Amino acid sequence: MANITLTINGQKVTVPSGITVLEAAEMCGYSVPTFCHEKDLTAPGACRICVVEIKGWRNLPPSCVTTVAEGMEVETESPAVIEARKTILELLVANHPLDCMTCEKSGDCKLQDYAYRYGVTSPTPYEGEKKQFAVDDSNPYIYRDPNKCILCGKCVAICRAVADRNVIDYAFRGFNTKIATFMDTELKDSACVYCNRCVTVCPVGALSDRNMMGKGRTWELEKEEVTCTFCESGCKFDVNYKNGKVVGVTAKNPSAGRPLCLKGRLGTEFMKNPDKTDLPLVNKDGEFVEVSWEEALGIGPIVEKINALKK
Amino acid sequence: MQLYRAHVLVCGGTGCVSSGSKKIQEAIVDELAKQNLDKEIKVVETGCHGFCEMGPIVIVYPEGTFYCQVQVDDIAEIVSEHLVKGRIVQRLLFKAPLTEEQVPSYKDIAFYRKQHRVALRNCGHIDPEHIQEYIARDGYEGLAKALTTMTPQQVIEEMKKSGLRGRGGGGFPTGLKWEFASKSPGPKKYIICNADEGDPGAFMDRSVLEGDPHSVLEGMLIGAYAIGADEGYIYVRAEYPLAIKRLKVAIAQAEELGLLGDNILGTGFSCRLHIKEGAGAFVCGEETALMASIEGSRGMPNPRPPFPAVKGLWEKPSNINNVETYANVPVIFLHGAEKFASMGTENSKGTKVFALTGKLRNTGLAEVPMGISLREIIFDIGGGIMEDKKFKAVQIGGPSGGCIPEEHLDTPVDYDSLIALGAMMGSGGLVVMDETSCMVDVARFFLNFTQKESCGKCTPCREGTKRMLEILQKICDGNGVPEDITTLETLGAVIKNTALCGLGQTAPNPVLATLRYFRHEYEAHINDKKCPAGVCTALLEYKIVAENCKGCGACARVCPVGAITGEKKEPHEIDTSKCIKCGSCIEKCKFNAIVKG
Repeated sequence: MANITLTINGQKVTVPSGITVLEAAEMCGYSVPTFCHEKDLTAPGACRICVVEIKGWRNLPPSCVTTVAEGMEVETESPAVIEARKTILELLVANHPLDCMTCEKSGDCKLQDYAYRYGVTSPTPYEGEKKQFAVDDSNPYIYRDPNKCILCGKCVAICRAVADRNVIDYAFRGFNTKIATFMDTELKDSACVYCNRCVTVCPVGALSDRNMMGKGRTWELEKEEVTCTFCESGCKFDVNYKNGKVVGVTAKNPSAGRPLCLKGRLGTEFMKNPDKTDLPLVNKDGEFVEVSWEEALGIGPIVEKINALKK
Repeated sequence: MQLYRAHVLVCGGTGCVSSGSKKIQEAIVDELAKQNLDKEIKVVETGCHGFCEMGPIVIVYPEGTFYCQVQVDDIAEIVSEHLVKGRIVQRLLFKAPLTEEQVPSYKDIAFYRKQHRVALRNCGHIDPEHIQEYIARDGYEGLAKALTTMTPQQVIEEMKKSGLRGRGGGGFPTGLKWEFASKSPGPKKYIICNADEGDPGAFMDRSVLEGDPHSVLEGMLIGAYAIGADEGYIYVRAEYPLAIKRLKVAIAQAEELGLLGDNILGTGFSCRLHIKEGAGAFVCGEETALMASIEGSRGMPNPRPPFPAVKGLWEKPSNINNVETYANVPVIFLHGAEKFASMGTENSKGTKVFALTGKLRNTGLAEVPMGISLREIIFDIGGGIMEDKKFKAVQIGGPSGGCIPEEHLDTPVDYDSLIALGAMMGSGGLVVMDETSCMVDVARFFLNFTQKESCGKCTPCREGTKRMLEILQKICDGNGVPEDITTLETLGAVIKNTALCGLGQTAPNPVLATLRYFRHEYEAHINDKKCPAGVCTALLEYKIVAENCKGCGACARVCPVGAITGEKKEPHEIDTSKCIKCGSCIEKCKFNAIVKG
């Protein structure tokens, strides 16, 4: 593909044609905030936090869906851009619970990071009605708090990417818009299989891995990436350690094929469980006693015979 | 062919049907049969005449006598006086509002005199459910000309020469749009008609679909030929059942005559048209949301580019135009682009249909050449303000547009001049407001509409319009603070600059336009806690003017909360702490002794 030359923040750069302004800016080392954009998955141009200023353009276009063009003059942090981003953050913060002290996502939250970056504090100039949706804690795997949701839509896109899933979508209009299951039920009554793909892409605390709740702040956890061995797909999981001890396994990246199943995550969690035993347990007089595999499987006499024959 | 000595046209548009035209039509048919006139006089159900306020409308030809607000009881008189004896029934004629003069002929009514009907050329004149009537008015001749004597490229050139711009709101040159779609490579393309008319008070598209559906089909077919499409959709809102019914009839009749479907007019060009009923979301009038809705997804807009001309319906190149735009197309091919371009202004050619609503004497649909002044539309065609009140402002372009005050009424109406004034052509809704309208309340009304209709996808529109609405509500409730005006302006500017689709980008317009021209009303609400127009209840106080009060006690009896007290024949008083400002006392008082303010 041919290259084109454009100016980003006064710097002339040559980039491959066909890429987005966001990609070009990132190639040049500029960090542009994004909520709804997920590489290789979705770029709905919905959150508008990635807007930039392009000379001669009427509005501030979102860089994630704007393709670079020859001679384009882009400003990623002009006063108009900063004002727009700050306003968008203020609007989101004005409709957000702000219980960051106890939020599981704190420390790894994009809303928090960008509010810090652009100096957005509460109260914002736009205080008013806040969302009052019911929290969904109907299941042991995913904790959904729609009041923290910023409607970036990444969970919808990643759920739709798996054949036969498509469990969630946008529902209702205007200020009352939310992400809902079919007929707006709790997750337990939906077709959800708790693969937690949605949790991996949520930029805020709207979707949390329930197993990890209360087990430590994000910055206290060390993560070790492991590849699941339950099937040939080879999905990635994170094993989370706190003070050197495993506290849980979280979904990381889906792989091609049939990725990120609940079985894989729970299985991996079991394999990494520090309390797991290497030998089977048999119930003897109401107590579990460790026994050999031969005994547990009832193949002791056969093994003995084989061993005798070997000699 | 049977010949008739007279034709009685009964309006069958939604406005007149609501005021009872179906019963009128039946009564005329019965009465004619009773008097043995049914072989001499034909009754025709037509589409909308545009003068809905005066409905039900009955027109008798050959004289062209215009009877308005006809009731079933009047039918016998019309038949025996007019149709038998040839004497016009004077009392049913239209009366000019100021002179009270009776106007016998259709053409002489001020409402119609300044109009120039192109898109509405057949509305009210033909029976929309008979394709022969459309053909008799040169229908499908433009299509035949395009298909048999022109190449698709020549069709596009002709469209570009005509200067026709999109009538749905954006005002994009139609010929150019067709050219983009025609240049997009691909064997499969779609032609789409946007009939999801949703601006409050606008009903021109409905009238065209109900009164002249074939003009839309013909326009779409010419467009399909130009861009190379063999399939099309008409996206029409389900709230327009009559329009849908007549479109279905029109499609079936055109298919039967070989004007639609395979091998049209034997030229080898084929195109099929489908109807897709919308489910009531305003945002589906936005083209990318409309296509998502046709595809069966939630009607939410997508970023452009890619434009529909490149990647449209089912990712195929598509062309979307509005109903009124398509209705103009056959005329361009019938009479030539030059003739069409001779109407209008430098950059806005042709005519535009406006839906006149609000505090006007004559409300209804008016089609006028571009470049006419707003004053002519409001005062000549619209007949001026009801009850001789003072004109205050006119909202153009529905909830996405803006208001224009008295001092700009002489501006020629075209796409660019309206944008310069902070309004927009939009679909052509004109809501006229008089001195009793509060501009803060008006802004709140329109914003409430767009806020409710926001799809919720992008942050500025979903969250921002909600906050603007809350601030407006606060101001109307008397709790505004001076900083609110700045907040509205800065937030409005950011929403305009960053929202995803046209709905969001234009949502702040009613607020920004009223702030531009009527800032003093905002300031009066905020600083003086007064609503100058006397609309915002929270800012009003009801008082009894002692000199005028006769002490009749009528107000005290009607007051639901017992806030009015006083001795008989002595001036009464209102206890403002009890008063709930319902206004019942004002209505009851015969002596104008109660004032609010």
